[in-house]
Amino acid sequence: MSVVASIKELFTTNLQRSGIYLAFVAIVVFFAVRTNGLSLGPENLTNLVLQYSYILILAIGMVMVIIAGHIDLSVGSVVALVGAVSAIFVVRQGQPWWVGMIAGLIVGALIGAWQGFWVAYVGIPAFIVTLAGMLLFRGLTGLVLNNLSLGPFNKPYTLIASGFSNGLLGGNGYDVFTLVVFAIVAVAYAWSQWRARKARLAYNQSVQPLALLVLQVVVVSAIIMWFAWQISHDRGLPVVLIILAVLIIAYTLVTQKSVFGRHVYALGGNKTAAALSGVKVRRINFGVMLNMGVLAGVAGLVFSARSNAAQPGAGNMFELDAIAACFIGGAAVTGGVGTVPGAMVGGLIMAVMSNGMQLLGMETSPQQVVKGLVLLLAVAFDVWNKRRSGAVR
Amino acid sequence: MTDHILEMRDITKTFPGVKALQDVTLEVERGEIHAICGENGAGKSTLMKVLSGVYPFGTYEGDIVFEGEHAKFHSINDSEAKGIVIIHQELALIPFLSVAENIFLGNERRGRGGLVDWNKTNVEAAKLLERVGLHENPTTPVGLLGVGKQQLIEIAKALSKEVKLLILDEPTAALNDQDSAHLLGLLRQLKEHGITSIMISHKLNEIADIADSTTIIRDGRTIETIDMRDPGSTQDRIIKGMVGRDLEHRYPERTPQIGEEVLRVEDWTVHHPTQVGRVMVDNASFNVRAGEVVGIAGLMGAGRTELAMSIFGHSYGRDISGRVYKNGEEVKTHTVADCIANGIAYATEDRKTYGLNLIEDVKRNISAAGLHKLSSRGWVNGNEELKVAEEYRSSLNIKTPHVLVPAGKLSGGNQQKVVLSKWIYTDPDVLILDEPTRGIDVGAKYEIYTIINRLVAEGKAVIVISSELPELLGICDRIYTLAFGRITGQVPVAEATQEKLMELMTKEKEQVR
Repeated sequence: MSVVASIKELFTTNLQRSGIYLAFVAIVVFFAVRTNGLSLGPENLTNLVLQYSYILILAIGMVMVIIAGHIDLSVGSVVALVGAVSAIFVVRQGQPWWVGMIAGLIVGALIGAWQGFWVAYVGIPAFIVTLAGMLLFRGLTGLVLNNLSLGPFNKPYTLIASGFSNGLLGGNGYDVFTLVVFAIVAVAYAWSQWRARKARLAYNQSVQPLALLVLQVVVVSAIIMWFAWQISHDRGLPVVLIILAVLIIAYTLVTQKSVFGRHVYALGGNKTAAALSGVKVRRINFGVMLNMGVLAGVAGLVFSARSNAAQPGAGNMFELDAIAACFIGGAAVTGGVGTVPGAMVGGLIMAVMSNGMQLLGMETSPQQVVKGLVLLLAVAFDVWNKRRSGAVR
Repeated sequence: MTDHILEMRDITKTFPGVKALQDVTLEVERGEIHAICGENGAGKSTLMKVLSGVYPFGTYEGDIVFEGEHAKFHSINDSEAKGIVIIHQELALIPFLSVAENIFLGNERRGRGGLVDWNKTNVEAAKLLERVGLHENPTTPVGLLGVGKQQLIEIAKALSKEVKLLILDEPTAALNDQDSAHLLGLLRQLKEHGITSIMISHKLNEIADIADSTTIIRDGRTIETIDMRDPGSTQDRIIKGMVGRDLEHRYPERTPQIGEEVLRVEDWTVHHPTQVGRVMVDNASFNVRAGEVVGIAGLMGAGRTELAMSIFGHSYGRDISGRVYKNGEEVKTHTVADCIANGIAYATEDRKTYGLNLIEDVKRNISAAGLHKLSSRGWVNGNEELKVAEEYRSSLNIKTPHVLVPAGKLSGGNQQKVVLSKWIYTDPDVLILDEPTRGIDVGAKYEIYTIINRLVAEGKAVIVISSELPELLGICDRIYTLAFGRITGQVPVAEATQEKLMELMTKEKEQVR
């Protein structure tokens, strides 16, 4: 076996796998050129993070639901209901911020358990269960809010969405703390890549040439540090970015390295084979829906904090953005395929496009046309790519 | 000269890598009932698919002459237009539609403006039901009727198409004795009305009872056509024709070292999951000892897979009763996890549908049933997993560049080795292997047999379910025969012959003493 893979092999396999990343880069470059660099400016990058974090949080849960072979149409309504419940505690009753947050998460978990029960134990397709949930939770939101907006929240509550950690280490027009945090991230990235390579070598697996690895680490680190440099010139490190980063890392590990995550893939890939291999199909289905409920709860808290109010119409159509992010990011409708990082890139593609089109002053209607076409073409490209590479099925 | 309604001459049909039919000849006289016999995989269904246009003209070699004309059927519609109707073993009725709607599906009775004329539909359906002797309202949904009645509706549907040649694939396999008798009576009645029938069947006494002539197919070739009116045409002669081949594969040598009983199943009874009251496995009892390879022989539909799957985590059927003993103690087998914990493993038939996650890599397929051995506190040790997968890749000789290739890209034989790896890694004492060598080439078969030998040499017990008799005779120490859900015999391999097994495999209820 060749321990170091050939350049050609690397190029072809990586092209198949990273088509979506290339598309992302192309879109970023396109809008940067069209907006004369405005889209990559400090303020806009920060806004991008603040504006789309909750969609990305939803997409983390959604990609697991989709890998398991289901779909969740209710998350937008759940976002609204969680925000409403939280606002009732914090705004109407004047409780501390954390009471509202805990209540919101509990509501999310209860909704997840409710939907998980119907999907996993009664055996109703998730499409139906969550379509019902979409109406149900939207209606409940209107009821608890009396169809009125409820706000504003107290200051600490809003920090999770619009707060920044800055000035801790001072700086001259830029935030040193942000730079230090990102430098640590870059080093951790380089170290993890190095360790993975060593482990693969120890198990006699093929690895990429060292020079290429170094190049990859340098490029990624440069992007990380450039991003840090940019946002450090604005308001510093957004709190919500920290929440998002923790969730992404945790769920990437859960999906790739935990028994639970592996069972989700097994179930989505071939339900019968999974059941006959001892996977507890119902329990896994329940877990996936429960998890989605909790993450929708987190997204609901972030969104209400960002809007600084709970609104009856909050989160409308969020489910579609989250689902689109997963499919653009390579998840398969039939289940068994998809990754958390892929869904994140899919979500970012949608985010960069919406944001870029707004900067260019496009109206909402043509924006929707473009987004719809991108979703369709992204999945078509994926299908074509798989067929071309002679993948199974 | 006899009047042949159908002549199929020198039909050869090749699939990539396999010759399914080779120079098959079939001549059917007008107005007769012609039976086709052969083992599973002999090519009977392929031949009927060629005849009915499922495999269109041009994808096979040879000629089909129907009613004196060279037939070039490009689809099933072409053959139906000429009056050839095939009724498949898996009935093609739509359960939510009424009897009348099913009969005229694709052939609707139309009235003014192309709309369906419901009066005409229901009246004509009632007439057809009368002809097949079924007293049901034409507006009843088909799903409410039993299999026997559904079979009659299929025949009524065929009659509505002005059928001249009726092909029935295992028509009585799913029927009870009474329904079978009715169906066979109906076929005789149709014969009197000049309708020719071709019947594929495993039930030799039925064939002896009803067929005018029988064609035997083996390994994709016509062996002979027997005139059933000839007194020499006994069931024994058909059996001999069906199995009379030489052992063509070699089997690795093994000296059996048989120890204590490991698994015993008593009075195992299983009902069909949806058809209420239909018994799929009837009071089956068997055992297997350490170091022993036990075969389960049975024709398609005998209940082999149903038996194995119902034991393994109750994965098939309902109203399951019976007891399972492991090393002399009764054990629970209600879930797959119970079975894995008790050291019972089941490698499924049809690895693509039930055995593998084809879009996932080889490594993850190998570890799928034994993840508990690779993880602590719910986290999988990926490096260890890779090591395990690599070990199995080399020890079972799985041919793949590395274990990160999707399982779907492997050949059949290598996929089977992945399935075996998965189950061997769970460290079982008993392995049930369901059709372990179906659809794989001779070389890979030999490798699978070698793996089986290695397992029993380690003191494990192996149960092999197979429809290939030479295979069972080549690798087993003892063979159980299963027919229509019942265990009809138990033969030590030294006393077993293909003829003897086939006789037990086709034995029906009234013959079981």
